Amino acid sequence: MMKVEEKLYQNRYRIDADRPHIKIRDANVCNTRCAERQCVTCCPAGCWSFEDGQIGLITDGCLECGTCRVICDEHLNVDWNYPRAGFGILFKFG
Amino acid sequence: MNQAIEKFDVIVVGAGPAGNAAAYTLAKAGKKVLQLERGEYPGSKNVQGAILYADALEKIIPDFRDSAPLERHVIEQRMWLMEEQSHLGAHFRSDQFNRQPGNRYTIIRARFDKWFSDQVQKAGALVLCEMTVSELLRNEQGRVIGVNVDRDNGRIYADAVILADGVNSLLASRAGLREDIKAEAMALGVKETIFLPKETIEARFNLAGQEGAVIEMFGSISEGMVGTGFLYTNKDSISVGIGCILSDMKRQKTTPAELLEKLKRHPSVAPLIAGGETREYAAHLLPEGGYDALPKLYGDGWVLAGDSAGFLNAVHREGSNLAMTTGRLAAETLLELFAAGQPASAANLARYKARLDESFVMKDLKKYRGAMGMLDRQRQFVADYPGLLNQAAFNYFSVDGRDKKTKEQEIVASFRQRRSLLGLLGDAWRIWRATR
Repeated sequence: MMKVEEKLYQNRYRIDADRPHIKIRDANVCNTRCAERQCVTCCPAGCWSFEDGQIGLITDGCLECGTCRVICDEHLNVDWNYPRAGFGILFKFG
Repeated sequence: MNQAIEKFDVIVVGAGPAGNAAAYTLAKAGKKVLQLERGEYPGSKNVQGAILYADALEKIIPDFRDSAPLERHVIEQRMWLMEEQSHLGAHFRSDQFNRQPGNRYTIIRARFDKWFSDQVQKAGALVLCEMTVSELLRNEQGRVIGVNVDRDNGRIYADAVILADGVNSLLASRAGLREDIKAEAMALGVKETIFLPKETIEARFNLAGQEGAVIEMFGSISEGMVGTGFLYTNKDSISVGIGCILSDMKRQKTTPAELLEKLKRHPSVAPLIAGGETREYAAHLLPEGGYDALPKLYGDGWVLAGDSAGFLNAVHREGSNLAMTTGRLAAETLLELFAAGQPASAANLARYKARLDESFVMKDLKKYRGAMGMLDRQRQFVADYPGLLNQAAFNYFSVDGRDKKTKEQEIVASFRQRRSLLGLLGDAWRIWRATR
């Protein structure tokens, strides 16, 4: 079973250090008001986590699909932008 | 940016199939075209299975086969209904597909998009990469008059803007030109590109030379969700992936990466990719809402093309050909207006819609407008039939001393038990109605 980290390791990225292109508008909404936190399940790159009652988001492995933004349709809590021009995933094959 | 290049006939946002088709068509006709792409190179942000349908590209670049990076021409199509340990399949293989010119090809999008962009540039368009359009510029009447890119003095003007910025279409929704995309109308696809020696691929799929085979999969692999899997042969790699409707993904607990791992481990798939090396993992949304999810396609100074408008035929797994065709039709509409000295107003751009209606794009989307909704409401097509059919085949093909008539009765009973006679008849009617 290939883990998602191993899959992402094969990819090429140009990381925009300390400038995440996706932000959580209000972490409290995720931690206390969202029942499902399906971003954690549905993100194909495993960018989202929920541990010890805290939502977590690390966008370094993001594949820029937009899933987390589209499924957060009840709370609209995902502030989603493309990375700065030239940064982010660089598909070799696509 | 200097003053001289700030005003264009047309700005095309995005360098995927729709944007490239539009930019090429306009530049070839001598228009002053600026194409903006947010990636480091065209293709760096783009994902597709990928199959190229020759017809759509041929209408833009008739001799594309001479220079485009094509992987294999497809001579065999397999459709598999999957159960946990088996598949029941229909294969179509024909030597007719070996005739030139080829009908469809597997491609690797990052390579193909670079090639297409080279043709756009040779045709005379100015293509700028690493340029993200942050907003559309509008005049006091609300007409789109250009774009703003995310750099200093980033305002660029044009007589018309073609939005081919892809499925998320942030530009159009943020500008209020369309509603935001919805989970019910989107599928999330994940795929891996797995490398294997050319000879191994040819032996495993019974191929010679540049021949290729593709497999589309349906059934247990999507774990009750509306979704499909695929496996395409490239020259020295295999693209394998799975996509499911996002509103379904949202209701369950298997991650997309796990779904893909399970597909790769399926006993019908595993031997085909055994020993291969995964060199990339990609994900992308697909606009599968069809005809009823289409937004307004044009307005004063702007048109939508490709994924950003939701042009995708989910039933037939066609998207890039709709993208190229809509990009070309958008460009041809503008060329017609420019030639007549008419502005790209909403009223005049209605001709874009008229062209779309006359093409296979709208005809096919209309034909299948009910299909995805039916699959959403009628889960037996995903959850019951693939399993029933596989079990029926296993029963029928197991020689175990029981007579054939008894087996047939068991099979009929298994279907009637799960769906009832009326349910079975209703399902046949539903398939007919959803695809007529």
